[in-house]
Amino acid sequence: MGKGPILQAPETFFIAPLSRPAPGSVGKTGSWRTSKPVVYEDKCTGCMLCWLYCPENTILKTSNGKVAIDYDYCKGCGVCAAVCPFEAIDMVSEV
Amino acid sequence: MPLMSLTGNYAVAHAVRLARVKVISAYPITPQTTIVEKLSAMVENGELDAKMVRVESEHSALATVFGAASAGARAFTATSSHGLLYMHEVVWWAAGSRIPLVMAVVTRAIGPPWNIHVDHQDIFDQRDTGWIIGIAQENQEVLDMTLQAFKLSEDPRVYLPVMVGLDGFILSHTRAPVDVPEQELVDEWLPPRRQPYVISPESNYVMGNIAPDEVHFLMRYSMHEAMEAAKTVIKEIDKEYGEVFGRSYGGLIECHNCDDADYIIVITGSWSGDAKVASDMLRENGYKVGVARIRYIRPWPKEELEELGSRAKGIIVFDRAISMGGYGPLYSDVAGTLYSNGGKTSLVGVIAGLAGVDVGAETFKETITSIIHKIEENGFFFEPQLWLLPKDYSSREKMMEVAKRWL
Repeated sequence: MGKGPILQAPETFFIAPLSRPAPGSVGKTGSWRTSKPVVYEDKCTGCMLCWLYCPENTILKTSNGKVAIDYDYCKGCGVCAAVCPFEAIDMVSEV
Repeated sequence: MPLMSLTGNYAVAHAVRLARVKVISAYPITPQTTIVEKLSAMVENGELDAKMVRVESEHSALATVFGAASAGARAFTATSSHGLLYMHEVVWWAAGSRIPLVMAVVTRAIGPPWNIHVDHQDIFDQRDTGWIIGIAQENQEVLDMTLQAFKLSEDPRVYLPVMVGLDGFILSHTRAPVDVPEQELVDEWLPPRRQPYVISPESNYVMGNIAPDEVHFLMRYSMHEAMEAAKTVIKEIDKEYGEVFGRSYGGLIECHNCDDADYIIVITGSWSGDAKVASDMLRENGYKVGVARIRYIRPWPKEELEELGSRAKGIIVFDRAISMGGYGPLYSDVAGTLYSNGGKTSLVGVIAGLAGVDVGAETFKETITSIIHKIEENGFFFEPQLWLLPKDYSSREKMMEVAKRWL
């Protein structure tokens, strides 16, 4: 005991309800979007509040400490624009 | 090995201590409360090196130990009745996720009306969840079955959670001599924690995904296969436990007076002891009656019952639970087994002892005698639902006296 768990393979037919998450495992979900967030770099302070709120993990941090959007997977929900305290994100219609 | 005077609940706590459980979480509910109360004291005084997590509900209690177990800790919880029903969703999650885990269920009637006394409605309500479900007869077996549950649950052929049932108050709050094994011996016998996967920040596993319908179907099949394998593992563990600690119980069922029996009583839980006393008394009266006490309702001891059914004149099943509009749950499984085996044995299902109504050895004896007379007079007797009503309400007129109060 005290050595931590020992992983041991099942010895009967076995399926567990697990997945290994990987980017884009169901395709590029950015195509589901009807409007896109646009970041105004001059207003962005890099506070990362949008990153904290984004449900899809599509807020990227740029080399100059600001944020950018991963449009391949952003579904355009608009949460980032709604929470930004500096009005640095706007939603722009794509249709 | 020290002999201690322990309630059934304290016997559970000592087994959990001996298994060196790492995470415990529970919400108090009668008659379970003194299990985690005792464990809490053991953690506090340093007897047990574990994390005790207080939560706001039973749903969270099982979710907490399920999470801890997924992350690699040997974990334990306990509950009863309404608490068990409240955690029912997570009961399915734990089994479907194939995470080794042990839970004690102190059996108790379900309301309304509020009632804290024993019946088996709560534990049978978990029958189809994929948990291995054992039910003990007395306090020594409570300790042994709980300790064995960790080994069983963590066996790579099984990887399913295990419930250990013990009857409310009859066992949970009644002291009896219990032989408590030495820690060193348990450490030698019980291997370190084993599990099929560990969820950690590094493992990159996610639980809670969806899967194709066909894969979901196959998961059900895989759990059934693990249950079938568990039959072998239960017998193996029972045997080796006997070699190390001196006690074996017979695997999935324990037989009393079965060898030459014409009539077999099928029963589970603490009142099996009364049924055994009745069987001894009936033998003195010349009736060859045996008791097949079901130790595990899942996996179901199909093979053992087929064998008993093939040579007995009659099988009498006592259920301390009822599927209203259907049958007693033990009866359903016994009937399924016997009929699948082409059986022509007389078969009777008795519904008794609901809501804690006491059934003593004399009552067993009288009931069984009258059933045997019907079988012997007619050559065959089939009665799926024989209601053994409480003594003062045994006629329709007397039952109506209660009902009239509400009219």
